[in-house]
Amino acid sequence: MSTLEIKDLHVSVAAEDGAKEILRGVDLTIRGGETHAIMGPNGSGKSTLAYAIAGHPKYEITGGEVLLDGEDVLAMSVDERARAGLFLAMQYPVEVPGVSMANFLRSAATAVRGEAPKLRTWVKEVKGAMSELDIDPDFADRSVNEGFSGGEKKRHEVLQLSLLKPKIAVLDETDSGLDVDALRVVSQGVNRYRAAGDVGVLLITHYTRILKYITPDVVHVFAGGRIVESGGADLANELEENGYVKYGAGAEAAS
Amino acid sequence: MTDVVSGLAPELAGANRGAGLVPVASAGERFTSFDVDAFEVPGGREENWRFTPMKRLRGLHDGSAALDGTAAVEVAGAGEGVTVETVGRDDARLGEGGTPADRIAAAAWSAFREATVVTLDGTPEPVTITVAGPGEGATAASHLQLRTKPHAEATVVLEHRGSGALADNLEVVLADGSRLTLVVTEEWADDAVHVGAQHFSLGRDATLRVTSVALGGDLVRISPTVSYRGPGGDAELVGLGYADAGQHLEQRLLVDHAVPNCTSNVLYKNALQGKEGVPDAHTVWIGDVLIRAAAENTQTFEFNRNLVLTQHARADSVPNLEIETGEIAGAGHASATGRFDDEQLFYLQSRGIPEDVARRLVVRGFFGEILSRITLPELRERLEAAIEAELAVTGA
Ligand SMILES: Nc1ncnc2c1ncn2[C@@H]1O[C@H](COP(=O)(O)OP(=O)(O)OP(=O)(O)O)[C@@H](O)[C@H]1O
Ligand SMILES: [Mg+2]
Repeated sequence: MSTLEIKDLHVSVAAEDGAKEILRGVDLTIRGGETHAIMGPNGSGKSTLAYAIAGHPKYEITGGEVLLDGEDVLAMSVDERARAGLFLAMQYPVEVPGVSMANFLRSAATAVRGEAPKLRTWVKEVKGAMSELDIDPDFADRSVNEGFSGGEKKRHEVLQLSLLKPKIAVLDETDSGLDVDALRVVSQGVNRYRAAGDVGVLLITHYTRILKYITPDVVHVFAGGRIVESGGADLANELEENGYVKYGAGAEAAS
Repeated sequence: MTDVVSGLAPELAGANRGAGLVPVASAGERFTSFDVDAFEVPGGREENWRFTPMKRLRGLHDGSAALDGTAAVEVAGAGEGVTVETVGRDDARLGEGGTPADRIAAAAWSAFREATVVTLDGTPEPVTITVAGPGEGATAASHLQLRTKPHAEATVVLEHRGSGALADNLEVVLADGSRLTLVVTEEWADDAVHVGAQHFSLGRDATLRVTSVALGGDLVRISPTVSYRGPGGDAELVGLGYADAGQHLEQRLLVDHAVPNCTSNVLYKNALQGKEGVPDAHTVWIGDVLIRAAAENTQTFEFNRNLVLTQHARADSVPNLEIETGEIAGAGHASATGRFDDEQLFYLQSRGIPEDVARRLVVRGFFGEILSRITLPELRERLEAAIEAELAVTGA
């Protein structure tokens, strides 16, 4: 069973007037088989947490630890983290002109699996995964995320999730920008990934609608750069009703 | 060869005043001459020199280069249907392709001792021509003419390699109804300087397919001019350049549509990868397309795309379309410069792809469109490998 441990994590970004602390001591442990939801107002640092785990160079770790099965994640390069079994579905997936989706997926699978997948089974595997997510096969020939609609980008993040099969997946607002049908398709994709292995999911969201499909074991409230409350699935409903006023963030609470 | 100075007056006056002070507004009015002395010595501020690092030209532009070295021209695979001749300056065919339009091309014309003329009369096998630089520290002028017989089809690979500085003219004279596929590579050693003029002249219904690959050299400046002698000509020029730290790669293109019913398609892609402490990796692409009043039903498209992989790199791109007739079938031009940035690198790495593989993936994808036009598998593989090697050398 895999475990991701985040201990007293402090993260800063370089701002115009010096370093600005965004994460102020995050403690969180995600075990294989568990799904955690994080909800919190805009700007509270949810994406910062996700990027810090993935190793984005913009974020400076000023304190704390991140361990995957006891291994020091913070000492790994971005690609090493992915190969170690971490995955981040991004809030804003990046366009990479000139690199076809097919080529990208194969390169990623080769890196993560440690060897190039056999061509025949690979083609079938990709086709199958695409059709499960209602992705038109033509996307394979398009440049990575280039000109994709918001919803198409999110579907492709989940496509990568299903092909790369990480130990721990962080999904940063994968539900945002999806229409009702897409939400269902994408949620089913995430659930298939959860069901296939003993994997952990950290789901960052503003809305309970995705939690109707993907039931979390724990819901965390994130405010001011840390987890301020944790509870069961009902906590999400309460947040949707009352907002984040009681956590001192009423003005910027998510709609 | 002829001594006629075409357009002696009034353009000559303009040329001698220095085109930088009084820029020649239209590409169609540019000054041309076979005589080096008809051109003012460029100082570097003139319109057609302003991007070129003059100090690195090894004196090719100002008469200080002796041009006394030898650039060996070797022709391989010249089987049936190929005639290779070494001719003197007085050979009447020389100059049919076009006239030099800058001082270095004219200097090359004035200095070469012997020219190589390759006549193609339907060759099933590709002909490979290798031009070798004169060696480190030496300078040379050279002249090569390729000509096709009417309705002949041929494939030529023209490779440039070695050291030293070379100024040359390449004439490509296509007879009516003929078709030439030409691959030109610039695979120079690090010290090399190559300033070349390419004169493409298409007869009636002739087809030209050129793929240029510029990888090596310190400074490579190529100026292709395409002209049509009769209607129905079809020219496609695609190219790629990979400029690494300190390298200057320049392409200055003019497609001159003066007769009806001709087509031109131009696509150039450059990737740049610089390094701190050396001059910027620099690419320059000038794409002039001129559609003269008589050139009705012209179809033309030109596109330049640049991929900046690192800091310390600069891509200049100036597409320019001049249209003097309303009766055209289609005309378009575009230019775009993109950056391979930290976000893209992060995204690819976050999927497990190591940095060097990520960079390679991007460059390969970018150049794939150009390399796929090269139908000779061995050549394509060699060039792909050369690009990979460039990536490795620059520490990507
Ligand atoms: N370069 C920077 N300079 C200053 N502040 C920054 C910089 N980068 C990020 N921030 C700030 O860090 C804070 C946390 O941003 P983050 O993207 O983690 O929020 P979030 O919780 O994901 O918000 P959302 O719900 O809108 O996605 C924000 O207030 C943001 O403005
Ligand atoms: Mg966010």
